[in-house]
Amino acid sequence: MAHDKVLFEILIRLADDHLVLGHRLSEWCGHAPMLEEDLSMPNMALDLIGQARSLYAYAGEIENRGRDEDAIAYLRTEPEYKNLLLVEKPNEDFAHTMLRQFYFAVFMEEFWKEAISSSDNTLAGIAGKAMKEIAYHIRHCGEWIIRLGDGTEESSRRMRAAVEVLHPYTDEMFDHDDVVAAAVSAEIIPDPLLLRPRWEQGVQTVFKAAKITMPNDYWALRGGRAGQHGEEMGFLLADLQYMQRTYPGMTW
Amino acid sequence: MVEAPAPDKLQASKEAWKIAAQVPDPEIPAVNVSDLGILRSVEIDENGIVVAKVTPTYSGCPAVLAIELAIEAALLKAGYKVRIERVTSPAWTTDWITDDGRRKLKEYGIAPPERASGSVRSLFGETQVSCPQCGSAETIRISEFGSTACKALYRCETCREPFDYFKCI
Ligand SMILES: [Zn+2]
Repeated sequence: MAHDKVLFEILIRLADDHLVLGHRLSEWCGHAPMLEEDLSMPNMALDLIGQARSLYAYAGEIENRGRDEDAIAYLRTEPEYKNLLLVEKPNEDFAHTMLRQFYFAVFMEEFWKEAISSSDNTLAGIAGKAMKEIAYHIRHCGEWIIRLGDGTEESSRRMRAAVEVLHPYTDEMFDHDDVVAAAVSAEIIPDPLLLRPRWEQGVQTVFKAAKITMPNDYWALRGGRAGQHGEEMGFLLADLQYMQRTYPGMTW
Repeated sequence: MVEAPAPDKLQASKEAWKIAAQVPDPEIPAVNVSDLGILRSVEIDENGIVVAKVTPTYSGCPAVLAIELAIEAALLKAGYKVRIERVTSPAWTTDWITDDGRRKLKEYGIAPPERASGSVRSLFGETQVSCPQCGSAETIRISEFGSTACKALYRCETCREPFDYFKCI
């Protein structure tokens, strides 16, 4: 596979993860259980969408077909989105939202830590910024997981339910396919298999404090990287793309 | 070999710097873009165009465009031809906030970031933040995320006042 084609595909996957998760978090804006959380979730969403913008803009440059960040972010069909299934999962309750964010953030922190020495300088630059931002997401969500997991009977039940629903979606983060293999051998990205033990350790530390058991017997769910999404994704895109689909080419 | 810039050009870029540096931050007008370390350099290129390099604080900082436009406007008003360049690497760090900037933040009621951003620990790391009003070290974090991405919300247990803390990054 040609170098630029691999790089483009990797950038799209990363950008889609960040945009879709950022969009999910933004859905909480105005609905959070308390004012502090109403500030924190849009703030985390801004970080993610900011990172997505840098990645999309760079993907457009690499592709070299005249698409800018907006064209890539808003004007694709569902199978063209390559985000993890994990990040498109609906918000459900606060336990689900915090856990989904935590799983992803612990993975991305390890990913960015390695990507700062990527053979691709632009990706390395994006990694340098994102790495520092994500550290706050981990801390914030980690604290909530502990508070809920080791909290009241109800909060603990909800947190354990979230783990049961979301954990099967975490394997997809570590998947290998032709694109990942090519990108790893070109030293564009770190090998996800190397990140796995570190991710497990990070998650385990918080789970232990939250009195939650890490599931080990489950059926892993995947498909987003191949453009196969859950039903929720269609509704998400309908909302996300509404303005560009209704008023094509509109700008602020 | 690179030729040293002519003295008058150096002088001119110094003056352009002074103009650009005075642009206030739109979110925290008590400090300017130079205090925060987001104005990286101001130079005059071979065509006589002033090139101002600006770095965003956070990837998703909504103020970055406003800041770039304000710097451009200030330089245009002073009669320069301007080009703004956004630089993202190396990543901005709160260590680039000048001593003057830290003092101004504190006077404005925002606790300046603790030094050594590299020591940010993502899990269970707690920083000791002093109250910008009374100086007490007895403070608690109310929220990791404040009114903007770069701030967290704290409360002083001594004077009971809430305050913003400029987070290390
Ligand atoms: Zn005080």
